[in-house]
Amino acid sequence: MKSLLKHRLAWPVIALAALLLLNQIFRPDFLGLRMQDGHLYGSLIDIMRNGAPTILIALGMTLVIATRGIDLSVGAVVAIAGAASCAYIAASPDPGSPVTAATAVLIAVVAGLALGVWNGFLVSTIGVQPIIATLVLMTAGRGVAQLITGGQIISVSNDHYKSIGAGYLFTLPISILITAAVFALAAVLTRRTALGTLIEAVGINPVASRLAGLRARNIIWIVYIFSAVCAAIAGLMISSNVTAADANNAGLYIEMDAILAVVIGGTSLAGGRYTLVGTVVGAFIIQTLTTTVYTLGIPPEVTLVFKALVVITVCLLQAPKARNLLNRLKAAPKPAAKEAAKEKVAI
Amino acid sequence: MNEIVPVVEMTDIAIGFPGVKALDGVDFRLFQGEVHSLMGENGAGKSTLIKALTGVYTIDSGAITVLGEPQRFSTPGESQAAGISTVYQEVNLCPNLTVEENVLLGREPRRRGSIDWKDVRSRTREVLAELQLDHIDPGSLLSTHSIAVQQLIAIARSVEINAKVLILDEPTSSLDADEVNQLFRVIRDLRDRGVAILFVSHFLEQVYEISDRMTVLRNGKLVGEYLTRDLSRMSLISKMIGKDMEALAELDQAPARTRAGSGAGATPFIEAQGLGRKGSVSNVDLAIYPGEVVGLAGLLGAGRTEIARLFFGADKADEGSIKVKGASQKIRSPRAAIDKRIGFCSEDRKEEGLIGDLTVRDNLVLAMQASKGWARRIPRRVQDELVAEYIEALDIRPANPDALIRNLSGGNQQKVLLARWLVTHPELLILDEPTRGIDIGAKTQIQKLVNKLAADGMSILFISSELEEVLRVSDRVAVIKDRAMVAEINNDGVSVEDVMTVIAGGAQ
Ligand SMILES: Nc1ncnc2c1ncn2[C@@H]1O[C@H](COP(=O)(O)OP(=O)(O)OP(=O)(O)O)[C@@H](O)[C@H]1O
Ligand SMILES: [Mg+2]
Repeated sequence: MKSLLKHRLAWPVIALAALLLLNQIFRPDFLGLRMQDGHLYGSLIDIMRNGAPTILIALGMTLVIATRGIDLSVGAVVAIAGAASCAYIAASPDPGSPVTAATAVLIAVVAGLALGVWNGFLVSTIGVQPIIATLVLMTAGRGVAQLITGGQIISVSNDHYKSIGAGYLFTLPISILITAAVFALAAVLTRRTALGTLIEAVGINPVASRLAGLRARNIIWIVYIFSAVCAAIAGLMISSNVTAADANNAGLYIEMDAILAVVIGGTSLAGGRYTLVGTVVGAFIIQTLTTTVYTLGIPPEVTLVFKALVVITVCLLQAPKARNLLNRLKAAPKPAAKEAAKEKVAI
Repeated sequence: MNEIVPVVEMTDIAIGFPGVKALDGVDFRLFQGEVHSLMGENGAGKSTLIKALTGVYTIDSGAITVLGEPQRFSTPGESQAAGISTVYQEVNLCPNLTVEENVLLGREPRRRGSIDWKDVRSRTREVLAELQLDHIDPGSLLSTHSIAVQQLIAIARSVEINAKVLILDEPTSSLDADEVNQLFRVIRDLRDRGVAILFVSHFLEQVYEISDRMTVLRNGKLVGEYLTRDLSRMSLISKMIGKDMEALAELDQAPARTRAGSGAGATPFIEAQGLGRKGSVSNVDLAIYPGEVVGLAGLLGAGRTEIARLFFGADKADEGSIKVKGASQKIRSPRAAIDKRIGFCSEDRKEEGLIGDLTVRDNLVLAMQASKGWARRIPRRVQDELVAEYIEALDIRPANPDALIRNLSGGNQQKVLLARWLVTHPELLILDEPTRGIDIGAKTQIQKLVNKLAADGMSILFISSELEEVLRVSDRVAVIKDRAMVAEINNDGVSVEDVMTVIAGGAQ
């Protein structure tokens, strides 16, 4: 038990369990799942589905943060990806066909790729500080999205496209399946290759990594591209869910939730060791919080304060200083046990 | 002396980390006005004992008494308040503050609420004068001084605090002979004023020169406490490594090099002509042949490390040229150097070597993995074999590939970093202070290893502050002075004094 508590995921998991339990107390059917028309329904499914874009973006953010970076542009990438795909569908001669939907998806992903290359270029080749480099795209990106949509909200009607965010497959929402697939891909890609270790090495000690012959530039490029592609997929989900592209509001402040998810999950903003599982748990905590606010009937004005309190608590529990304090409170000074039987060489 | 109450008395101390008993039932006492050396192999528990006394680690069991008061420190602050002051190898001062700010940091004299800078200056002058360090300007930035001077300033700070106990953990490992003498003068001065001094060093010469008493640890256990004059070097060593005298004979010094490395007419592996970099070093003409060990000799700050960095592409050269195996090459980055089969083991372990939060395994295969690229991960089985091989060959302790490297003792970290390069089988290996912080058994082992690698055809550039060590392993010695190469000496029976003369005179 004690060693379990020391595990780096212990506190996030406990927090998530406590939140779920709290909901269950106020709404006894909360944890229940039911099957209807071959689809699985329930609050847990809702949490996962609504959280899917945040989880995706947080996964990309985790790797960026592990290299000592940060990606503020993800919200803008969400907007650009949604705008590009919807604009394409709306302008295509056959707006309802599966080919159009597939091409739209491809366009969005390629757009994400290109934006990731841009961020990676600024950070790794030009050497701009990550926070500044991605701030450029964060502000300019929404402008680009507006140019694409012509300042309007573009609505589309394409059932294939709609299914990305709102469809079901094997009883589960497709967005959950996509997120799970990206998670699995990221986990395999980083742990089956040496990428994960090298990302951590660059984040822990960039100078030593360079002297060991690491090509930090390539690695930084990879993480920013991955982050932007994740954001583009999230952008597809969001726009497909509402079958419209809103350049102004799609993915607004999602970078904040993603960064929070990473931090709550136990990856330090200082870079270095990261945990993808922790990030997923962190994103669930954030999403569950939002749900809890509704369950408990907390007035919307208090919501943000409530969120902040939970976040602060989890972060505090992870801070080494707070932990030491806790440990010391627990371990009351025990008298120095002086057992005999020492063998020593005399002087 | 024994009737006096010890200033520090530690009884039956135990500290454990997951999987390791770092200290187990250790007793230690420190008296007023003595220099007491803590001795032991790498990983014996010296630094851990010090950290127990300075409140960095909380002890699992045992008792600590300082000046007769039982104490249980759980932060460094508490230990400092009790009169214990520590100077670590990595100086723990603020490089971007001035000398006087560092000396009085946190205790600045105040007048009407604001810092009284005049008083700061005069008090700093006073302590510096007390230690005969008047040549240091109190208003200069700390970072403008050498490590040696920074250490002296750290000591000045402890004098200012009026510390009763001064702890020095491997303070001399990056100092040259003159600087050591200056440090020892200050230490003796403090000792004569009644300060109790705890000293750790792997240089036996220094230990015998400065200390009155020794405590020997082995594998976290106390071996014993001895008066320096009663303990011969041989018996000290045998107590440290736990073997008797016969086994020691084997551990005898590495044989001096006898071979002339360069065959006439052979192509050097690497050849630098007029190599230099603005603001760093200039005019380096140096060739290293396959199977040859070239030593760089010179005082601290002469430019030895800078030359190594140019050869490795860690800094870009802007003058001169480099030929590798006879072909003109530009070495623009460490990666480019590694591709040409060059390895570089930096002297700055913490900043330029360790990836602290990764395991011994990850650290050991890092350079090899980096040159393969991220996509081709070295299979776990191969990693395990390599790591097991080098843990055994270099006697890395604990022999646990999954231990985080930051938790290893200083000497063992150094061995892992050495292994990082050995696994890549470079053709030129640049070793900058490879034996710093390494115990004397392992040191001989590394010197022998250098010998063997050269015999197998590797070129080696060997840098060490210990001239004697440079002469023992090198075929040829290049003398560096004032950021330029001033002489090249064939090592056929030259003595340390000969080289010193060249360094002092700068003559050919
Ligand atoms: N924080 C830690 N976590 C786990 N193990 C540790 C930690 N600190 C020290 N150790 C272990 O305790 C043992 C003693 O280490 P210590 O640093 O005291 O050795 P040392 O005598 O100072 O050696 P050196 O001469 O190499 O500096 C080593 O086996 C080391 O790996
Ligand atoms: Mg040590």
